[in-house]
Amino acid sequence: MELEFQHINKTFGRVRANQDISLTLRAGRIVGILGENGAGKSTLMKILSGYQPADSGEILVDGVPLHAGNPQAAIEAGIGMLQQDPLDVSPFTVLENFTYGQVPGKRLNSREAAKRIREQAALFGFDLDPDQTISSLSIGQRQQLEIMRLLELGVKALILDEPTTGISAEQKEVLFAALRNLAKRDGLIVLLVSHKLEDVIALCDEVVVLRGGVLVGDRQMPATTAELVELMFGQALTPQSRESVPLGSSALRFDGVTLRNKRVAVEKFTLEVRHGEVIGFAGLDGSGQELILRACAGLVRPSAGHILLNGQDLTGKHFRAYRENGVVFSSAGRVEEGLIAGLTLTEHLAVTNSGAFIDWEAQRERTAAQIKHFNVRGTPESEIQQLSGGNQQRFLMALLPDRPNLLVLEQPTRGLDVDSARISGSSCWRAVMLARQSCSHRPIWMRW
Amino acid sequence: MSNPKVVRILFVLLSIGASLLVTSVLVMVVGQSPLDVLDRIWQGAFRNSESTAGVFNFWIPLALCSMGLILTFTAGLWNIGAEGQVLAGAIAASWAARTFVLPNEIQIPLELLFAVAGGALWGLLIGILKTRFGVNEIFGGVGLNAIISVYSIYLIAGPWQPPEGGSAQSTQPFPDHALLHPMNETFPVSLIALILTAVAIVAVYLLLRGTRWGLQLKATGKNAKSALLLGVPTTRATLTALMAGGVLAGLAGAYRVLFTYDSLRPNVSGGIGYLGLLLVLLTGMSAIWTPIVAFIFAAILSGSTRLRVSLGLDSSLAGVLQGILVLSMLLFNGVRQRWEERRKSKTVTPSAVESQPTPSNAKAASGE
Repeated sequence: MELEFQHINKTFGRVRANQDISLTLRAGRIVGILGENGAGKSTLMKILSGYQPADSGEILVDGVPLHAGNPQAAIEAGIGMLQQDPLDVSPFTVLENFTYGQVPGKRLNSREAAKRIREQAALFGFDLDPDQTISSLSIGQRQQLEIMRLLELGVKALILDEPTTGISAEQKEVLFAALRNLAKRDGLIVLLVSHKLEDVIALCDEVVVLRGGVLVGDRQMPATTAELVELMFGQALTPQSRESVPLGSSALRFDGVTLRNKRVAVEKFTLEVRHGEVIGFAGLDGSGQELILRACAGLVRPSAGHILLNGQDLTGKHFRAYRENGVVFSSAGRVEEGLIAGLTLTEHLAVTNSGAFIDWEAQRERTAAQIKHFNVRGTPESEIQQLSGGNQQRFLMALLPDRPNLLVLEQPTRGLDVDSARISGSSCWRAVMLARQSCSHRPIWMRW
Repeated sequence: MSNPKVVRILFVLLSIGASLLVTSVLVMVVGQSPLDVLDRIWQGAFRNSESTAGVFNFWIPLALCSMGLILTFTAGLWNIGAEGQVLAGAIAASWAARTFVLPNEIQIPLELLFAVAGGALWGLLIGILKTRFGVNEIFGGVGLNAIISVYSIYLIAGPWQPPEGGSAQSTQPFPDHALLHPMNETFPVSLIALILTAVAIVAVYLLLRGTRWGLQLKATGKNAKSALLLGVPTTRATLTALMAGGVLAGLAGAYRVLFTYDSLRPNVSGGIGYLGLLLVLLTGMSAIWTPIVAFIFAAILSGSTRLRVSLGLDSSLAGVLQGILVLSMLLFNGVRQRWEERRKSKTVTPSAVESQPTPSNAKAASGE
């Protein structure tokens, strides 16, 4: 198979997401699509996979023009995309999800399909049981299922959008081995959209770099991280140094706290965090980090033990009590939990303010100032869902109240590129500084 | 064609035209002239000041109830319970009308106060069921509607029946000092109610445009989880939205018993709670369009009562026209949204800002 992009253009309002992109991709290659947040990677991939049409330009599949803006046509032409959040239906089983999208005439019956799942899973080393429900799977397993489903539909070009976000190291190894097999053995085109340079370096044969909607580079691997960073940003970036700060009094104390959800339990957890400390929680996703972080903000109630904030017992109190005591929580899912789709940036800022009436002019000015300060690409009138992921994250930082006592950040750099993470990093550091907290990194490792 | 406001009005007119056309075909099928029918409806609604007053008398409670529903819908609440809140207001006002013997100028505000409290209480109950016990507001609303409806019939047939014996048709008519009075003979509309309705319309508009509370309702309605994390008191937003909706619905109920009728009757609301829901969905919760579309509905409903007398057609034809009107408005709304989206993605400057509050409105609202 050969894919040829011919002069693809796409604009959203004032933003030129893709400008005159021409590119040819050949069978058997793993191609990394690199670029910072908002560089136009996702747009280009969405055009290829039929989720949205280009304004102008064409995509040729083995010389035949692809019917634009139609995911089904794209799949029929052999192009499938694995979304960052896999497109599965959670109450249903692996088997049921596996058969979605199949052409009615060629639909497998459930016995054949179950057999197929077992065979394919064994072939790729995937860990999937046809009868499991989606809600019991990890993100990594859901990806595996989606890849198998797309392959079953006869996909010859597989697009993966940030596939290594939220999956374990072992799952990543399995995924990469499977992708190498697909490219080298089966001759698929594999397109990897990623911010993670180490993934791109480990996996790809070729790298295509976008910057501001323009194709700025097309490079055969191997290449060094420094070279790729320079291509992505047009300049070399230097890491920031860390200042050390003397530790203060106790900010948060967990006293034999037991937390539970459906999947995992944290038993008798004890921890003391002092002002000035930064604590990192490492480990596989779903090992209990989420529970502890949410308990810090009063979003999960402990079934035993005590949570003390600045020496005050807040066990079992509502989120608002924690908030009033200076706890700021920012969740991993930005638009689901944290930001409100349909509200403009100004409205977001206004709703966090106090006072009965809203002076829109003043709010707009404040928003414009925050936009500038946090380097958000958007206007005060933009609705939040119109911003790219990195810009949403940065705006979320702008919404955090000043002078928090305790800043609880759940995967604050998820889906961010180096530059966005740097900006977010420096700004949350600013907040931490104001609260006399800073960096004595004390990682806590978590296992099941 | 580039001004989106003009386009919006154009689409509303277009949908009214289309629904008239479809109704015309239906009328022609039964061998009547659609022009005649339209003329009669128009005559029924606006032939003289008394009939125009009839339109207003239907419009006032409908508009009150709909404006309240805008608030609850903004907070993301499907307030099916509006119908029950109208009834609660009607019963509370009736109780006050039967109980107190005071001069009209004191008695009326007192009755309205009771109606407001009754409606608010019935709304609050839905809110408590939802926030405390996790009962969806739709189920809570349907349940409370049924309870209050049965209770009103019990009152009419039981304790509040006329001394000459209950026919379950109505309670004893309230004394004159307890009733709202028309402003004059030729235009029999209650001035107090008209003023209250106008105030309600403006207040809802301003609340949503320029106050923190209005924005909190919007935030809660769009994503309660995120709103909570941003510091919005989402439980309070839910409860207050339902209470505010109940206040306006309660006023509508009071109007029905104190002016439209002179007593409490079964089905005293005449379904305005449900009609209001339809209206608010139709206008996309617009505080400007809702009273206007409510007026069109009131005119059709009020005007069609003459169809039977003059053409021998049942007035339920008005229901048909209304139904088609709703469908065609929804249809044209969809067409317009598509058209706007296409236009948005084509033009270079984003035009997604039109629906946002403008500084001048906001200033007016914040009283600066």
